[in-house]
Amino acid sequence: MVKKKIQRTLVELANIHRFVMRFFREVFRPPYEFKEIIRQCYEIGWKSLPLISLTGFITGVVFTNQSRPSLAEFGATSWLPALISIAIIRALAPLVTALIASGKVGSQIGAELGSMKVTEQIDAMEVSGTNPFKFLVVSRVLATTIGIPILSFYTAAVGLLGAFLSVNQVENTSFRVYFDQVFDAVTFLDVFSLVLKAVVFGFTIGIVGCYQGYHSSKGTEGVGRAANWAVVMSMFLVFIEEILIVQIIQAMRA
Amino acid sequence: MLKTGGHINYDKRVITVRNVSKSFGDLHVLHGVDLDLFDGENLVVLGRSGTGKSVLIKLISGLLKPDAGTIEVLGEHVDELDEKALQELRLKIGFSFQNSALYDSMTVRENLEFPLVRNKRHLSRKEINYEVEDVLDGVGLLHTLNQMPSELSGGQRKRIGIARTLILRPEIMLYDEPTAGLDPITCIEINGLINEVQEKYKTSSIIITHDLACAKSVGDRIVMLLDGRFEREGSFDQIFDTDDGRVKPFHDYNFIN
Repeated sequence: MVKKKIQRTLVELANIHRFVMRFFREVFRPPYEFKEIIRQCYEIGWKSLPLISLTGFITGVVFTNQSRPSLAEFGATSWLPALISIAIIRALAPLVTALIASGKVGSQIGAELGSMKVTEQIDAMEVSGTNPFKFLVVSRVLATTIGIPILSFYTAAVGLLGAFLSVNQVENTSFRVYFDQVFDAVTFLDVFSLVLKAVVFGFTIGIVGCYQGYHSSKGTEGVGRAANWAVVMSMFLVFIEEILIVQIIQAMRA
Repeated sequence: MLKTGGHINYDKRVITVRNVSKSFGDLHVLHGVDLDLFDGENLVVLGRSGTGKSVLIKLISGLLKPDAGTIEVLGEHVDELDEKALQELRLKIGFSFQNSALYDSMTVRENLEFPLVRNKRHLSRKEINYEVEDVLDGVGLLHTLNQMPSELSGGQRKRIGIARTLILRPEIMLYDEPTAGLDPITCIEINGLINEVQEKYKTSSIIITHDLACAKSVGDRIVMLLDGRFEREGSFDQIFDTDDGRVKPFHDYNFIN
């Protein structure tokens, strides 16, 4: 029983490795699916904007309100803009974006490819002279890898705006002073950290969703499982990657 | 209605399957099967569900790889081709799937355009429109051009699935259970369409089915897959002229009960 489970896990890991390697082989090989990549960027990025806007804004407001009492104890509420900008740009923006995208985009990709797999649409694509891996997987993974960093910057902007509203209401800080302090606190390494995390998270969400969907089986039950696992696995990996990237950035800072 | 099979060239084999075996884990599906498809012929493969009929045509189209044996399609060894060569060969093979496999996020027009746009990039918009409308008119469904697959009936989906494969003008057609799940009238229409395709596009076809009415009306020759091997071959009457307990129930269920 245990031996079989280990064997199954090893086979799964080998399949994931082969899937990722195939992505890197296919991504540089023509023909390039620009039209499909743009369509997927629209599907993934544009259609996630309302949800991202709402969560980004709430994150900014809530984080500010939660941080204020601690700083007020030391009479340091004037540091709020700097604290908020560092927290949002270094950690919250890419993480919140990735978690929202894991739920919305990851499950969507897993379910879409899963249902295409079980209804033989992927086979139909293959026998009609189209490389389905390139058309379906490469385009989606590129779209998430490009889309999540853009969305992360957007989340950061909306989050900072939400935080400003709170700071403006309570501390009467003006828009200009607030953003002067926000940008003064941010270094190149903070922005680099945001981009690096967002790119890695975007790639992870895309590749996990595609892998789960592309390898789904057992009919509609398999589609549900593909969508579910796409979310669970990508969220889990996002947190693991967050820990690793933070260590790398800290090492670079030292 | 029995077929005459007037245009078959028995000197030219378009598909040659030799000693092919395929297993999935412990499940042995095909045991060293041999099969020939002649130029212009409609060959029906009969057999019970789960006997490996669909696996056979997936092996022929290169969707699956055989564990042993060789498969030659239009002079090319399918199992030895690299990805690019296989893709080129597939343009000469039309595959009609059991559940039609229409892309459900695309309209009927987009479904038909998809293989054309991707494989014949030199075509103008006007030429693409002409091809799409021509082939859709050929299956009698021009009015569904802008509909989504979810808005179509099972028979319409089947016809459009066939039209999508015909748009690349294949030399070989592989039909996987073309009449499964359809009412008798629609089955007759689909059978007629398969014969029309053979006549109009001069295709050679393998039709996978367990529907004997379909086998009788479209098959120039019939082979029967029993326990992973082709054990009977011939005309419809020859196939069922037996007391074999694995064969007789097929006929009796369809034509007596």
